[in-house]
Amino acid sequence: MEVPGRWQDIDYLLLREGAMVGPGFEPCPELREALHNDLRILVIGAGGLGCELLKDLALSGFGNIDVIDMDTIDVSNLNRQFLFRMNDIGKSKAVVAAEKVMQRVKGVKVVPHYGRIEEKDDEFYRQFQIIALGLDSLEARSYINSVVCSFLEYNADGSPDITTIIPMVDGGTEGFKGHARVIIPGVTPCFYCTLGLFPPQVTYPLCTLAETPRSPAHCIEYVHLIQWGQERSGDSFDADNPEHMKWIFDEAFKRAQQFNIPGVTYSLTQGVVKNIIPAIASTNAIISAACALEALKIATMCCRSMDNYMMYMGTQGVYTHTLSHEKDAGCLVCSPGVPFEVDISISLQKFMELLMDDPRLKDKLSKPSISYQKRNLYMQAPPVLEEMTRPNLNAHLFELMDKSSGKLNVNDKKLTGVLRVSVSFRGQGDVVVDMDTAGGG
Amino acid sequence: MEVRNNNNNKYDRQLRIWGDQGQLALEQANTCLLNCGPTGSEALKNLVLGGIGSCTIVDDSKVEARDLGNNFFVDWESIGLSKAKTVCNFLQELNDTVKAKFLEESPETIINVNPDFFSQFTLVIATQMKEQSLLMLDAICRKQGVMLLIARSFGLTGLIRISLKEHCVIESKPDNVIHDLRLQKPWAELKRFSDEFDTEIDDSVIHKHIPFAILLIKACEDWRKTHGDSLPSTSKEKAEFKNLLSSKRRGVDEDNYKEAILSAYRVWSSPTISSELQKILNDSAAEVNMNSPDFWVMVAALKEFIANEGEGDLPLDGTIPDMTSTTEYYVTLQKIYQEKAESHVSSMEARVREILKRIGKDPQSISKSAIKLFCKNSRNVRVYRYPSLEDEYNSCIGGELQRLLGLEENRESGNGAQVMVGGEAAEKGSPSHAMDINATFYLLLRGVDHFAAAYNRYPGIFADEQEDDAMKLKSIATTLLSKMSGGSRAVLSDDLINEICRYGASEIHTVASVIGGIASQEAIKLLTRQFTPIPGVLMYNGIDSTTTILQLTTCI
Ligand SMILES: [Zn+2]
Repeated sequence: MEVPGRWQDIDYLLLREGAMVGPGFEPCPELREALHNDLRILVIGAGGLGCELLKDLALSGFGNIDVIDMDTIDVSNLNRQFLFRMNDIGKSKAVVAAEKVMQRVKGVKVVPHYGRIEEKDDEFYRQFQIIALGLDSLEARSYINSVVCSFLEYNADGSPDITTIIPMVDGGTEGFKGHARVIIPGVTPCFYCTLGLFPPQVTYPLCTLAETPRSPAHCIEYVHLIQWGQERSGDSFDADNPEHMKWIFDEAFKRAQQFNIPGVTYSLTQGVVKNIIPAIASTNAIISAACALEALKIATMCCRSMDNYMMYMGTQGVYTHTLSHEKDAGCLVCSPGVPFEVDISISLQKFMELLMDDPRLKDKLSKPSISYQKRNLYMQAPPVLEEMTRPNLNAHLFELMDKSSGKLNVNDKKLTGVLRVSVSFRGQGDVVVDMDTAGGG
Repeated sequence: MEVRNNNNNKYDRQLRIWGDQGQLALEQANTCLLNCGPTGSEALKNLVLGGIGSCTIVDDSKVEARDLGNNFFVDWESIGLSKAKTVCNFLQELNDTVKAKFLEESPETIINVNPDFFSQFTLVIATQMKEQSLLMLDAICRKQGVMLLIARSFGLTGLIRISLKEHCVIESKPDNVIHDLRLQKPWAELKRFSDEFDTEIDDSVIHKHIPFAILLIKACEDWRKTHGDSLPSTSKEKAEFKNLLSSKRRGVDEDNYKEAILSAYRVWSSPTISSELQKILNDSAAEVNMNSPDFWVMVAALKEFIANEGEGDLPLDGTIPDMTSTTEYYVTLQKIYQEKAESHVSSMEARVREILKRIGKDPQSISKSAIKLFCKNSRNVRVYRYPSLEDEYNSCIGGELQRLLGLEENRESGNGAQVMVGGEAAEKGSPSHAMDINATFYLLLRGVDHFAAAYNRYPGIFADEQEDDAMKLKSIATTLLSKMSGGSRAVLSDDLINEICRYGASEIHTVASVIGGIASQEAIKLLTRQFTPIPGVLMYNGIDSTTTILQLTTCI
């Protein structure tokens, strides 16, 4: 399936030395072969960014691509999701996108997964060397971030174990603006390290909606959040049901008239209820390509990586800002561990109570299970394991951790990934000195 | 009630950005793409998806194996066939409302033989073209009043440049909306409404629903009474003013007072006429005549308005921010602002009609809705004038290049020391590092064209001549730099020269997709006359994912 000269443009990068390449770059033809035959990349989302990512990766020489998306194609996708046509409406985005890319770019294998990202287990995600995110929600990003960061393990010296790292590239757009970033868990900040980069969502106080509406959005949200439940409690509201949306619009229109508020339209109603983010083809193309280029760099080291976040603003001229965000040393998701300094006399039971009461972790834990270096210290379930590990609750944590500071893994139903806790013992230094003295004596 | 057809649904996500008027402008635009490699194909793809009126692809090459590795709009079966036709057919599939056409001809031939060909277009997008052809094309487009957009991908770098005589923007849609509330000088209706409120009222429900605008108007009045009719000016006075507001707040649940304190700055720093707008008002184009475009007629009217009924101010735009209040108070306040804005529109309309009559044009030739739009946006109207490519190439970008390369101080200090540019001297990741690399890339892309003119091929395309080419390119680029920087003794680092030769004039798909994407964003901004275009040459650097603009036009 190859014609000579097809990859000439990419080959210039892969076959030639450069001064601005990534660490360990060795130009050779095997690079392209590995990219095509061995490396596996997962694209999450087959929407505006996902369609572009699939095209960009296929034309960068990636030969084994998986794509996952739970959505079906809607008419409002067609202004940018260029792999879809009118007659594809209603079909799975992942399936159609995979077909179209394989049809056009011969030799590339794209495997579609029509479903939710939460349905896939860890083993699914572990298959990939790189993950490219084309998502539009913070929740989905956080989920994947936790999963991928939970694979990360640290060496004894505190450096990340590179065999456990799955790099991610992530893009996001809104209108003429967007961002592209590279996340190397353990090396560059993860989503959780930089949660503050995402703007808070607009919400309205309920009393404003109910008593003193002033804008068309207030009227729409009242009908959506309050009136629906009062008058149609039997139906669960579905934003994709045209009859439901029409009802919201009609009622919001009436409410606005009653309050003398102009400006409720069907389009605005949809925008407010579905929290629609404006989207255009060009911005998706720019951001996705920037991400795909980073994926190519990570895969081949043919050029140094972006460090590590690019903000793109296209409304007033074009302004970009590429900045090196810092990792949060105490990040709950990607750091070697949330630091805890405890007394050497503390029991596991007491330590767990400490965890549950800690303001950093309180909302994240309900019934934590704890392990140390692949050894279960205490498991909440199944009952057999619980019974087996129960005696540890009264044991000294210091003994359970082989009399040294170190890292515990905490699992909990409330967490998407694993939480690392870095424990150091007060007075441990004295203990060591004592032992030395004893040995010397 | 609105009727929404399929196209509105299809375009829903973009109509939320540029509206029906913007969409109409796109649908009426005729675009021409010169060369349909990945950069051009990607740029056009984004415009076809958005519903551009028509596009004509000009390219005389045949699809080769190499195209399959970097262009999504060709396929295996089309090898040996016309690339323009192949790309055109695949793009047409994306949107059947677009008239997609092609011409199997080289852009250079048309430029040389049939320059009138370009007059049928609104916008020409020239991709992957060399300096000499671009110079001629630019002259043609300027003569025929056609907008020109230049896009180029080269290895991991690329550039975008707009060229046209004048681009006037009414809806520049700045990111930060400034509300013009005029709280320190309320007009009669606003004053009357404000007088209806009593901030000492016992009724706590009313007290916590008095809109902050009213609270501030009243606070201003009180302040003036005790401060010789002047407003707070020193920081002490400003703090005192806020304290007065705080003292009237009856509890933390009174959000209206909190908003008033946060908005108190509006009292002493009301929006003024920006220097950009002042330049437009002072521009000689505002001395209108028979041939003046509508935009400038409205600027002329705006000038008169400011000097007369505006009393030094712009027309009110009539919008107010949300504020804690009852529905009734808010809606009444909104109406008062809207009515004042309407009256300003009427004054402006009278002036526009009068001016049109004076210059011998049909007084009705500018619609009321156009005047209204102008009034609503008058604070942010913008004008861009781009120098010709010939001026750019000859000299006018030299100062900008020196600034970005940090050569100015060097020359001024007169110590004549050599400065290394385009290297890794500046701290990696710092803004000056990006500027230095990107400005050097600009220079080198110019150099590459000079190289091609001299040797009839691009540098670095043959592996065994890569080193030799680098030396030749260095000598060419050094001469260019010296010419453009007034003889400064800057030395080009070998790193970037080698990097350019390494690229071998390749068109990497992802880079083409970034450049094509930015080009289509700019095309949309130019065609809809919304937002503001890149004011110069934008250099893209895919190594570090940065961009730098070499400023060519300060918006006048
Ligand atoms: Zn983190």
